[in-house]
Amino acid sequence: MAVEGLLYTKEHEWAKIEGNSATIGITDYAQQQLGEITFVELPEAGSQLQQSEEFAVIESSKAASDVYAPLSGKVTEINSRLETEPELINNDCYNSGWVCKIEITDKKGVENLMNAKQYEQFLKE
Amino acid sequence: MPFISNTPQQQKQMLAEIGLSMDELFGDIPKELMAKSFELKEGLSEQQVRNQLTELASKNSIGLTCFLGGGFYDHFIPAVVQAIVSRSEFYTAYTPYQPELSQGTLQSIYEYQSAICRLTDMEAANASLYDGGTAIYEAIMMALRITKRNKVIIDNSVNPIYRVMVDTYTRNLKIELQQTENKEGLANREQILEKLDEETGAVILQNPNFFGCIDDFTDIAQAAHEKGALLILSCYPISLGILKTPGDMGADIVTGEGQSLGMPLCFGGPYIGFMASRKKFVRKMPGRIAGQTKDQNGKRAFVLTLQPREQHVRRAKATSNICSNEALCALSAIVYLSLLGKQGLKETAQCCADKASYAYQRLTKIPNVKPHFKTNWFFNEFVLDLPSEAPEVIARLIERGLAAGFPLSRYYKGMENSMLICVTEQRTKQEIGILAENLESVL
Amino acid sequence: MKLIFEKSVKGRKSFQITKNEVVKSINIKPELLRKENAILPELSELDVVRHFTELSRRNFGVDTNFYPLGSCTMKYNPKVAELIASYTGFAKLHPLLPQLRIGGMLTQGALQVIYDTDMLLREITGMAGFTMQPLAGAHGELTGMMIMAAYHNDKGNDKKTVLIPDSSHGTNPASAATAGFKVKSIKTNQYGVMDLESLKDAVNDDVAGLMLTCPNTLGLFNPHIREICDLIHSVDGITYYDGANLNAIIGKARPGDFGFDIVHLNLHKTFATPHGGGGPGSGPVGVNEKLLEYLPVSVVVKRKDGTYSLQYDKPKSIGYIAPFYGNFSVILKAYIYILMLGAKGLQRVAENAVLNANYIREKLKKYYHLPYEGICKHECVFSASKQLQENGIHAIDIAKALIDKGFHPPTVYFPSIVKEAMMIEPTETESKETIDAFINAMIEIAQLAKSDPEKLKAAPTTTPISRPDETAAAKNLDIANL
Repeated sequence: MAVEGLLYTKEHEWAKIEGNSATIGITDYAQQQLGEITFVELPEAGSQLQQSEEFAVIESSKAASDVYAPLSGKVTEINSRLETEPELINNDCYNSGWVCKIEITDKKGVENLMNAKQYEQFLKE
Repeated sequence: MPFISNTPQQQKQMLAEIGLSMDELFGDIPKELMAKSFELKEGLSEQQVRNQLTELASKNSIGLTCFLGGGFYDHFIPAVVQAIVSRSEFYTAYTPYQPELSQGTLQSIYEYQSAICRLTDMEAANASLYDGGTAIYEAIMMALRITKRNKVIIDNSVNPIYRVMVDTYTRNLKIELQQTENKEGLANREQILEKLDEETGAVILQNPNFFGCIDDFTDIAQAAHEKGALLILSCYPISLGILKTPGDMGADIVTGEGQSLGMPLCFGGPYIGFMASRKKFVRKMPGRIAGQTKDQNGKRAFVLTLQPREQHVRRAKATSNICSNEALCALSAIVYLSLLGKQGLKETAQCCADKASYAYQRLTKIPNVKPHFKTNWFFNEFVLDLPSEAPEVIARLIERGLAAGFPLSRYYKGMENSMLICVTEQRTKQEIGILAENLESVL
Repeated sequence: MKLIFEKSVKGRKSFQITKNEVVKSINIKPELLRKENAILPELSELDVVRHFTELSRRNFGVDTNFYPLGSCTMKYNPKVAELIASYTGFAKLHPLLPQLRIGGMLTQGALQVIYDTDMLLREITGMAGFTMQPLAGAHGELTGMMIMAAYHNDKGNDKKTVLIPDSSHGTNPASAATAGFKVKSIKTNQYGVMDLESLKDAVNDDVAGLMLTCPNTLGLFNPHIREICDLIHSVDGITYYDGANLNAIIGKARPGDFGFDIVHLNLHKTFATPHGGGGPGSGPVGVNEKLLEYLPVSVVVKRKDGTYSLQYDKPKSIGYIAPFYGNFSVILKAYIYILMLGAKGLQRVAENAVLNANYIREKLKKYYHLPYEGICKHECVFSASKQLQENGIHAIDIAKALIDKGFHPPTVYFPSIVKEAMMIEPTETESKETIDAFINAMIEIAQLAKSDPEKLKAAPTTTPISRPDETAAAKNLDIANL
C-alpha cells in the first residue's frame, strides 16, 4: 500500500516533501518484509545524508535492513519515540513511524524518486 | 569401515532405490577433476592408534615444575569441570539454532554471560570469542563502530602476543595503531594523554599487565571519555577474585583470555576469549549472545538473540565474521566459577597473590637477582633481573626440571636479563624453595 | 528451570582450596582491590553437578539423536579421540615451552602431531602447505582473505573486489569484508550453481579473487569449476575454496587439482571432531606454491635429524593470527581420525555421505518440492513451498514437528535463495534404519500438513519449552542475570 502525495525509492523508503524539508520513513511493503521490528538505529541529528546511501538500520528478530536516504540533506529531527517503541513502524509506517526529518540540500534528487502510482507499479514488477 | 553404519548389502539396496551406481553418484564431477593422488597409509585400529599416540604423548615433557605464565596459566582444575564437559549431550551438539533442543547449551551460555558480567562489573557479555587476542581485535573493531573513529592507542604493557595479532588483523584496514611505551612497568600515562585526541576511538590497556603489575585505570578512562574515546581493558579473570574491577574503573569494553577458568593448557588451545561491555553498546558487540525470554506457554526460555548483527543474516555487513565460537569452553568456565563460588574464587586469587609474593621475597634474596620494576604492586607474576642473559639461565633450569619463567627479551628490547615468573595456587612452598636453590646455583 | 544463581544458598561452599602453607604475605595496596566479592553462586559440589546434568538433558546431540543439520556435517565423534586428547602428555603442555631455549625438545610429540596433520591435509586436498592455526572455519576464511590481500599488496595489485555466489555461507562475505574487501554477489543459475555468464560479466581488473563453496550449499557440484578458476586467474585473481563441504568429495576429488589457490577446512565437520555446542572448531588453511610465503607464523618444520621445530622467519607472512599453534586438541582429534580411516576409509566417508543424501532426496521428492533436481552430494535441499501454498505450513512447522518425532531438524531457511528451505545433511555415519525412520517421519509430517495442519503448528509438545518468543527476546533484551 502506497500513500498518495509521498515520493518513493526502489529500496522502499518514502519521503514527504514540505518546502525545503522532508520527512523520511520506510514503506508498508518494507515493514511487512521485515516482520515485527525490534530495534531502530537512528541517525544523529545534524548528520548529513547522501541520497541512496544508508543512514539507519532497522532490525527484526530475524533480519536487519539498511535504510537508504531518499534525498540528500541534513538531519533536523529524529523520531526518538522509535527508540522505545520500534513497533510504531509496523503499526503506522507513514505517520507516527517516521524515521527522521531533513533539510534538503539537493532538490534535484527528487527527480530520482517515484510517485505512489509508479511505486505500486514497481512493487507489482 | 570404522564409523560407517551401512552394510555393503544396505548400500546396494539404497543404490537400487536411487537407480544409480556409486560411480554414477559421483558422475557430476568431471573425470579430469578426479583426485590425481590420494596416498594415505592404511587405517589403524583403535588399539594401534592408542599405542602410537601414547608414544607421541610421552615425547612431551610435562614433568617440569611450571612457573611459566604470560597470560596462560597452570591453575588447578576440579574434576567436576571435566565430568560435565564430557557429557556428550553438550559436546556433540552444535550451535543452538533450535532453542527447543538446546536449552542446556543456551541456559549455560546465559549463565556464563551473567558470571562474566558479575566478575568484571559490566552489564552485557557475549557467548565467547576465540581467545584473548582475537577478543582485543574484536573489541577494537567494536569501539571504532561505536565512535566512528579510526585511531587506537595501545600500551606495550599489553600482552605482546596479543599486540602482534592486532597488528596482523588491522594491517589492511584504515586503522591507525599508536603504541605507547610502558613506564616503569605501568601504562605510560604521559604518552597516552599526549596521543589521546578527538580522533581516538579507544585506548587499550591490560590489568594485571604482561609484567604482572597492577594498576587502576580510572584516570585514563575519564580522560578517554572526555575525548569521546572508549577504554578497552583486557584482564585475567582469576585476578578479578580480588582486584578492582574494570567496571569500577570505568572501562567500556572488557576482554580477556578465559583459559584460567577451568581449561587445561593443552599446548595452546582450545581457549576462550571473553568480552563484556556496557549495555548501551550491546548491539555493536560481535559474536553470539544468549537471551532470556518466554515460550508460547509462558515458560522461561533461552534463545540466541540479536542474530541480525551476525554473519548468517547480515553477511558482508555483520559486526564480525565469527560463527563457531568456543561454546564448550564457556561451559568449562561457568562450571568452574559455579564450583569455586563466591568464596573459592577469592581464596584462589588470594592464594596466587600470597604465593607469588612469597616467591618474590625468596628469589630477590638471591645475590644479584633484582626486581626489574620499582613498583611493588603485582598479582601473581613479576619480573626479575638476572646477572646474565635470561634465556640461557632458563635453559639451564629446564635441565633441572624447572620451567622457571619467560625471557622478556623475546618481546622487549633492553630486557635481555629479565625473566617473567608466574606463581599459581598450584605451586608449593617446597617448589618455590627448589626454584630459589636452583636459580642461585646456576647463576 | 532455575538459574544456577537462583540455587545459591548463603554460606554453602564446596570447593576446598589446598591449605596455603606460605605466610599470608599479599602485597597489594587496598585501593587496587575489589570492594565486594563477585556474586558467584554458593553451592555444594552435588548442587553444581545436578544443575549441569539437568541442563545436559535439555540438549540434543549426535550421541542422543539423528542430527541432519545441513552444512554442519554432524557426524559421529569417535570416543577414542576424546580419550587420547585427555592424556596428560597433551593436556598439560604449556604452549610457551617451545619458545624457550631447548624447550622445543620437550614438546616433540605435540609438534609432530601438528606437522603430520599438515602433511596429511596436503595429500587430502592437493595443496602445498597448511597453517593449522585458525581457530574455526570463519577464522580460516579471514586468514585466507588476509593471505589474498598480502599477495596482491606484494605484487602491487590494486584490487578491491571479491566475488561470492549468492548461495554462499554468510561467513564468506563477512570474512571478505572483515579483511577490507568489497563484496560482489554472483547469482545462482536455474541448475543451482553459480551462473557462469554473470561471473564473466563481473570479472575485471578490480577482482582480487573469488570465494566458492563446492559442492555448494544446495549440495551441488559445479561442473564448470575449472573454467571458473581459469577465468579468475586470467585477471591475476586468487581462487578460494570454502572446504566446509569437503565431506562430499574427500578421497574422490581435491580442490588443489581443481585449480584453487587457497582452501580452508573445518576439522569439526569433515574430520569428526565434536562441535561442542558451537565450538571449539578448527579451520586450517592450505595454499598452493605461490602463496606459501604468506602463511601465518609460526610454522612447524622438520629438521634433517628428524626433530621438529617452529619457524618464525617468514618476512612476507601475514603475521600472527592466533596466540600459538591453533586449537591443538581439535587438531589432535582430527589427526587420530585420519590415521584410523586411512585412504580407503575416507573414500567410504564420501561415498556413504553422498549415498545417504541421495537416498533421502529420492525418497522424499514425491512429498516435498525439490527446487533443483539431479544428483546431490552431501546434502539435499527441499522447500516447504508446496505445504505453504496448500496448507499454510512453513518450514519451521515441519522442523518443530520433527522434534516431536525425535529428530533434530534440518537447517531451515538457508540457503536464502530457496524459499522455505530445508537443508538435510545425513552424513555417512548414519545407518539406513535411522535414515528410513527419518524419511518416514518426514512423510508422516507431509500427510499431517494436509490432514491436521493445526497439530503441526502446535509442535513441539515433547520438549521442555516450545516456540520461544524471539521478538520479545530482542526487544526486552535480558542477556545477563545481574
